[in-house]
Amino acid sequence: MTDPALALTDVTFAWPGQSGFSLSCPAFYMAKGESVLLLGASGSGKSTLLSLICGIATATAGQINVGGTDLGTLGAGARDRFRAEHIGVIFQQFNLLPYARVIDNILLPLRFAPKRKSRTTHPVAEADRLCTSLGLPEGVLKAQAGRLSVGQQQRVAVARALIGAPPLIVADEPTSALDAATQDSFLRLLFEQTGQAGSSLLMVSHDERLGRRFDRVLQLEDLVTTQRTAA
Amino acid sequence: MILRLATQSLLARALTVSMTVLAIALSVALYLGVEKLRTSARASFADTIAGTDLIVGARSGSVQLLLYSVFRIGNATNNVTWESYRDIAARPEVDWIVPISLGDSHRQFRVMGTTPAFFEHYKYRGGRSLDIGDGHGLDDLYDAVIGADVAATLDYTVGDPIVVSHGLASFTSHDDQPFRVAGIIAKTGTPIDRTVIVSLEAIEAIHVDWQGGAKSGQTTPVEVIRDMDLEPAAITAALVGVQSRLQIFGLQRWINQYPEEPLLAILPGVALQELWQIVGVAETALIGVSAMVVVTALVGMMAMIFASLNERRREMAIWRAMGARPSTILALLVIEAMLMAAVGAALGLGLLYIGLIVGQPWVDAAFGIWLPIEPPTLRDLWVLGIVIGAAALASLLPAIRAYRLSLADGMMVRI
Repeated sequence: MTDPALALTDVTFAWPGQSGFSLSCPAFYMAKGESVLLLGASGSGKSTLLSLICGIATATAGQINVGGTDLGTLGAGARDRFRAEHIGVIFQQFNLLPYARVIDNILLPLRFAPKRKSRTTHPVAEADRLCTSLGLPEGVLKAQAGRLSVGQQQRVAVARALIGAPPLIVADEPTSALDAATQDSFLRLLFEQTGQAGSSLLMVSHDERLGRRFDRVLQLEDLVTTQRTAA
Repeated sequence: MILRLATQSLLARALTVSMTVLAIALSVALYLGVEKLRTSARASFADTIAGTDLIVGARSGSVQLLLYSVFRIGNATNNVTWESYRDIAARPEVDWIVPISLGDSHRQFRVMGTTPAFFEHYKYRGGRSLDIGDGHGLDDLYDAVIGADVAATLDYTVGDPIVVSHGLASFTSHDDQPFRVAGIIAKTGTPIDRTVIVSLEAIEAIHVDWQGGAKSGQTTPVEVIRDMDLEPAAITAALVGVQSRLQIFGLQRWINQYPEEPLLAILPGVALQELWQIVGVAETALIGVSAMVVVTALVGMMAMIFASLNERRREMAIWRAMGARPSTILALLVIEAMLMAAVGAALGLGLLYIGLIVGQPWVDAAFGIWLPIEPPTLRDLWVLGIVIGAAALASLLPAIRAYRLSLADGMMVRI
């Protein structure tokens, strides 16, 4: 249990080919089970940072360690597989394949993560349990994802991120599409379930009111420096 | 699961997808239909004459002999004398021989003089005999048996009088010796449909008063003609059947080397093949055009996939975030294209059979082409397979673009 949930060391990154934008992050550390909120306005490099952590983009230099694995040592295919196995991702909105049923959306990451799948003994029952715990109506599993309300869709996205209990949950402004009342209950349920799964939670937002539930709140600008040079 | 999600994704875009599928289905139906028509036309063509081993005529080209003796197109350059006919008929190899005499016409239809044996030996479409559905055969000297098209075009029924014209497109008629419609042959899809058949003696009879191609002044009364010896001096051609198929070539050689008169004996099957090679150029053009229609439908599908890519970037980002590789996204698009093509192909096959069921009697009646309704041939299935494979290939282009987009977008797409 010595491995951190997430550790970035001397990471620098520049979008390949694209002129102008570069990012560096000297040090960032998250312990297992910890919840961290990164506050930052859009354009502060949060998308790039999340892409790096999820292994979609690769650092130009430095180390990104997720749950004890250095992403830099993995090839592109292995990083995709690693992401499926270890990270649950929640977006701002439009999280789901609208044409697919809720159950198919929730089970989708398991399709690419055999270990995570084998950890989940009864995937459908687990999906059902998550949905119930997240306050989704009964029978929602068979509904078409695109027909649900935005709030319900976000909760389905949480269920999808949590299925198979991946060690790290990455959430990119998951509440910004919700109204204040729903935001609160959404966060409460998110924390409840993340805690139960024992996952670490890294959330990025521009809304500092969300901070009180987190173990730590960091300003993104303290963590990373971005540079934009005119093309 | 990916297959199911691909299906659901297609269903969610039902309108554009169904249009694309419809285009593929129509093009496949067209291609298969043309193919069917082509093979059936070829078969019908080859079935024009069956059971006849040799066609004998004056020496000319084999296609020419076939054209005037079977298809009633063009004219014989020369006749075959009755003596030569008798010599051939006397050969031991000959099982049966039927003389044919052409040259006169009735309205736009050719008149053919022959013997009642013609009805016995002329076979078409795999050994079928002529069927005089209405009336009877050539019993009387002035009996005429007419083809189905003749009856339909001129609105003739059994018992109607027929006056034969001398030569083709001629102003002189044999109105002194009218014929009577004795029988009407059921539709065959062969040139028989457009032929007026009379006896060989009748051809002699109506030319009794003719000398050197012009009518002489006198008119011999019909009663006198009936008592005359009406053996012809010459015929146009003869159909021959041999005792054993092994003797065909021997007899053919003998006829071709007949010393008294330059003659030509041809094998109808070979001459039909030769003729089809001339006619068949059109079939290649036809099949080429319908293949292009299939290609067009597939290009349409490619355009449709390209157009959908932009609105599906979000979807691809979700796939990527869930751990899908860019190659999975490529596979997803190719699978979708193959699904569309497969449904289109199946639908096209269905359309073909509906078309066949509806169109079969009409095509047979109008063109004499029999379209058999059979399970799809191996060749048809190959065509369907190729269409699906081609769809996969066509979708590669947009799929590769999607692959690139998803590499560049990662899981962060802003909409």
